[in-house]
Amino acid sequence: MGVEQKLGNMGIATTTLEQAVAWSRTNAMWPMLFGLACCAIEMMSAQAAHYDMSRFGMELMRPSPRQSDLMIVAGRVSRKMAPVLRRLYDQMPEPKWVISMGDCASCGGVFNNYAIVQGVDEVVPVDVYVAGCPPRPEALIHGVLTLYEKVRGMKFAEIKK
Amino acid sequence: MEKNLQPILGMLKKEFGGTASEYRGDVSLVIPSGKIVAACQQVQAQGFELLSALTAVDYWPEESPRFHVIYQFTSVAMNLVLTLRVPVPGINPSLPTISHLYRNANWRERELWDMFGIIFKGHPDLRRILMPADWEGHPLRKDYPLGYEEPQFTFNFEEINLRKPYAKE
Repeated sequence: MGVEQKLGNMGIATTTLEQAVAWSRTNAMWPMLFGLACCAIEMMSAQAAHYDMSRFGMELMRPSPRQSDLMIVAGRVSRKMAPVLRRLYDQMPEPKWVISMGDCASCGGVFNNYAIVQGVDEVVPVDVYVAGCPPRPEALIHGVLTLYEKVRGMKFAEIKK
Repeated sequence: MEKNLQPILGMLKKEFGGTASEYRGDVSLVIPSGKIVAACQQVQAQGFELLSALTAVDYWPEESPRFHVIYQFTSVAMNLVLTLRVPVPGINPSLPTISHLYRNANWRERELWDMFGIIFKGHPDLRRILMPADWEGHPLRKDYPLGYEEPQFTFNFEEINLRKPYAKE
């Protein structure tokens, strides 16, 4: 119901600024490498030619937190690693999102012991949990697309300062 | 037992006492804790140039003294392996360091301090090596709590979920 209906087919589309920003965010989301265990292999596989996550604008895995807006925590987080993870999360610019990939990152998995953080949500706020041990690349891509839906529906007011 | 090991073992037994045992060709000699540095010196002099393992076992509550510290030496030149075991009591467990004889014992002894709480006297740098520096307790002791979190099932999911520490921001 925009101006394009009045003007006919002139190659113009109208939208809201919020939607345009959300669209651009989801189509160039750069994840930060945070491979900690075997889930990282599946994450690499999701990036590689066969599954090709670059179809969704994610061809770049940034090793630097300053250049990334998505953290994929792939693998078990040890108690000694937790402060490092939190520090890297704090170094990422806003807006930022976290995917907890696999059972170990989500809830500790089979490692219910003193050395492993029982779910990375104790350290950073998690947006999407991907189940599996390890999850297949399809599952990770599904998690990413679920996050896209969430980001597309976000209002400016909801996004943290 | 290897033929070349017999004279070395006999000499060690004569000098330091202790009982030898053999399991599937692996020879181990139990030595009192006071004589371990001299014994390691002697072992090194006999041509065991490599300290291939330095670890401990906690036999609590079956045995007393509860810890056995295990020194495993390898001689590459003679193709021999020799194990020394030192029983260490559970109250104020301590041993003299051998890091001046075998340099890799430095990190191994730090690991034993970290995991079992065995103090190595004379160690140049006795800090935790695996656990975070502010960690309390020694995780590989048998009386250390095993689990960290109660498993959630369908019947107690909500109850446990309420007291889980979630990150806010």
